[in-house]
Amino acid sequence: MSTIETDVAIIGAGPIGLFAVFELGLLDLKAHLVDILDRPGGQCTELYPEKPIYDIPGLPIVTGQELTEKLLEQIKPFNPAFHFNQMASGLEKLPDGRWKLTTDADEEIVAPVVVIAAGGGSFVPKRPPIAGIDAYEGKSVHYAVRKMEAFRGKNILIAGGGDSALDWTINLAPIANKLTLVHHRDGFRAAQHSVNQMRELAAHGKINFEIASVKALHGADGQLSAVTLSNAEKKEWEHACDTFIPFFGLTMKLGPIAEFGLNLTENLIAVDTAKFQSTTPGIFAIGDINTYPGKLKLILSGFHEAALMAQEAFHICKPNEKLRFQYTTSSSNLQKKLGVA
Amino acid sequence: MKIVATDRNGVEQIVEGRDGWSVMEILRDAGLPIAAECGGACACATCHVYVTGDWLEKLPPKSDAETDMLDMALAVEPNSRLSCQITCKPELDGITVTVAPE
Repeated sequence: MSTIETDVAIIGAGPIGLFAVFELGLLDLKAHLVDILDRPGGQCTELYPEKPIYDIPGLPIVTGQELTEKLLEQIKPFNPAFHFNQMASGLEKLPDGRWKLTTDADEEIVAPVVVIAAGGGSFVPKRPPIAGIDAYEGKSVHYAVRKMEAFRGKNILIAGGGDSALDWTINLAPIANKLTLVHHRDGFRAAQHSVNQMRELAAHGKINFEIASVKALHGADGQLSAVTLSNAEKKEWEHACDTFIPFFGLTMKLGPIAEFGLNLTENLIAVDTAKFQSTTPGIFAIGDINTYPGKLKLILSGFHEAALMAQEAFHICKPNEKLRFQYTTSSSNLQKKLGVA
Repeated sequence: MKIVATDRNGVEQIVEGRDGWSVMEILRDAGLPIAAECGGACACATCHVYVTGDWLEKLPPKSDAETDMLDMALAVEPNSRLSCQITCKPELDGITVTVAPE
């Protein structure tokens, strides 16, 4: 457990969370960002890193990855602290009026202001719609491989056709007792060299590859013993295995934010349009996660929201100071902060 | 044109399509449980539907991008499509789709 004290704790390191660092930084406010992903960019880098975006003001065409890189460059002078691979799991008001944000990695960030820039929520693994799968999760159904050794000697079934499914098929094959990859078609989204490697392993009997889908799980007390596979040709059959690792990518779920006691409307946080503050003072919501009359889920709207949020965050963090409104074009003070003067 | 859409509870409703709009946009705006996380960029597979009846063969074939992205969808069947990749047009009047499980 480590406790950090700062001015602003930002949940979400997507484009809006990143730009918030800039607007806060101009006002001398320090920020720490928490994100469940292992890198910045949020949806921009997770969902569409290569897709061009055409409606960022001043950037006629930019990909999700490029926009993220440009934002990181823009906020570099403010040296933000990132806490990746962590989910914001708890929020508590302290007696001194500040907030304590807790993460699932047992970090605590204490700050007068919390900014929720969580987009569509936390990216979490997609869970196959198989009846009763939750009873096996964590014991014999896993959505990620954290320690490879835990899978030694297992009779593993991996499902999916993307890079994760193929990479882990290749990596776990040498230590598994038996490994089967199941995918709904004889084609893969994964990188071609991984597909070639997997086919090589299958050709040498090191793994099995089944074109099928998983219909049911069988076992007891969370321990899997077999699954029902099915395809058009063989109909349904039982396949013995003790470990099932489905890899169908990530989806967004609101997660613990729903338990923060905020005023939610259809999983969105209601805010005012002057400060983008929630109905709980000191807690702000910007970007896709908020709602207000006329809201448009556009990156450019989130940028505007970040700028207005920062003004109020200043008043909360520095109640005895006067906010001086300045332009980066003319203020040597701001230019010094940006490292250009 | 009309779209006959069935939600995850088996409840059927008829929604009015608009030429040139994607089926995803119509279903989402009609309040069906379509997450469409990527906003229609064929990048997330959360607008997955089953095209039922004989409508599947009346659709243009899947692009490689759609086929690949369906690898990230759950419970894929031969009649699986991503609804962001189906464009409304008069010939599809009455198309029947079922929202896939999540």
